[in-house]
Amino acid sequence: MWYTAVAAGSFRRYATYRIATAAGVFTNTVFGFVIAYTYLALWAERPHLGGYDRAQALTFVWTAQALLAASALLFGGGLDELQARIRSGDIAVDLYRPADLQLWWLAADLGRAGFQLIGRGVVPMAVGALFFPLALPADPTTWLLFLLSVALGVVVSFALRYLVSLASFWLLDGAGLALIAGLACMFFSGMVLPLRAFPGSLGDLAQLLPWAAILQVPTDVLIGARSGASLLRGLAFQAAWGVALLALGRLVQAAATRKVVVQGG
Amino acid sequence: MWIRSTLAYRTSFVLMALGNFAASALDFVAIVLMFSQIDALGGFTLPEVAFLYGTATLSLGLADLLLGSMDRLGARVRDGTLDTLLLRPVPVLAQVAADRFALRRLGRIGQALLVLGWSVTRVEVDWTVGRVLLAVVTVLSGAAIFAAVFTAGAAFQFWAQDAAEVQNSVTYGGTTMLQYPPTVFARDLVRGVTFLVPLAFVNWLPALRLMGRPDPLGLPGWADFLGPAVAALMCAGAGLAWRHGLRAYRSTGS
Repeated sequence: MWYTAVAAGSFRRYATYRIATAAGVFTNTVFGFVIAYTYLALWAERPHLGGYDRAQALTFVWTAQALLAASALLFGGGLDELQARIRSGDIAVDLYRPADLQLWWLAADLGRAGFQLIGRGVVPMAVGALFFPLALPADPTTWLLFLLSVALGVVVSFALRYLVSLASFWLLDGAGLALIAGLACMFFSGMVLPLRAFPGSLGDLAQLLPWAAILQVPTDVLIGARSGASLLRGLAFQAAWGVALLALGRLVQAAATRKVVVQGG
Repeated sequence: MWIRSTLAYRTSFVLMALGNFAASALDFVAIVLMFSQIDALGGFTLPEVAFLYGTATLSLGLADLLLGSMDRLGARVRDGTLDTLLLRPVPVLAQVAADRFALRRLGRIGQALLVLGWSVTRVEVDWTVGRVLLAVVTVLSGAAIFAAVFTAGAAFQFWAQDAAEVQNSVTYGGTTMLQYPPTVFARDLVRGVTFLVPLAFVNWLPALRLMGRPDPLGLPGWADFLGPAVAALMCAGAGLAWRHGLRAYRSTGS
């Protein structure tokens, strides 16, 4: 299959940067420590904030650091390359290829996320588990469901970033928009504070937005805050946002490609 | 020139400056959200944490404005464009610092000033001339300490080439840590940022003195005023590392 080859190529490509990966692991681990201590102080003040106990709150911190690169929680994730291709006009070549643009980049993004989940996720999580009492599940089913939820989260994350990248067709330099989209993701995914610990209706609203599908739902699956019907609802929530945003991406892509004028041709 | 070129895409520039403002503001929003659930964190009130936040972020912002481009050095070593800089009759350090000089970084400084201004009116400090002076010196020597870290990180790139993120863990990770009171962290971690990478001198020690709080390590009182000395030492060390790195540099393909 075309797309598995693209995904595998992307996986290998990111696996090449070993020093960068190690540096990223180091940074994720340092941030994990700093944030874990602030959460310890917060949960000492308000035990069971957002329905999490101390171990669950700490697990949230380390899961967020482990997923940071894979789920592209601070934007990035290689789609800035798509933006650059749109700006430089190379996109015309891509559109000429016998492969679908959106599926091509989705496959590349899944390959990237797969590598970064292993390369940048496992070590911070292990270090976190070594130094802090984490609420990690013992049964493999929960881990598998967590991975499924992470995969759905990556699709939602991709669909959002793809939409932002397509905006370059109109904005030319999309870096500013990308930055703001990254901030929205950081805030509404639960990266700065778990969405369940948000006060009142802000928390309720944040849990309905697509960013909740990227970090909050997968982490809740892992730490056992979602099980049974609530777990199924969570997965359905992620899938629904994924489908909706991918469909929107298709529409925008169609509008954008009609607009392309190849210069000098 | 970089100033003019960033102003060319005006919409994007405005979005970037706003984004920079918001990016650093989000950390503070997180703190405010925390304080919507609690009254004190590690025994410190919101204005006190805001003071720590403001001083740490302002120091980082100033260092980042001047030297924030240094993390591009690794990319320049990798693609060989550093050679161009070596040929020009201007110090390489100045060229790397001016490379992609980004005015949008004013966003972080503006945000830090806002939070700091608010905290100064709320925090319980009897402001005398000496105390104001200590606060100003603190921010400036804090900026110098971060500038030394940026430079040392860039010097490290001559060998590592692809490890700009390690520097982020000290600068951004360190700032995140300094935004919270030292009582929040484990004793060993506080020791680490006092004696190993002396970030505690950026704001913790002088700020604790201003707010009349004991420091958790029980250091002698004069340690609170060591900021400028620590900054000078670190800058000298970073300068040596930079020169050493530059001399050891071999262009790609050689």
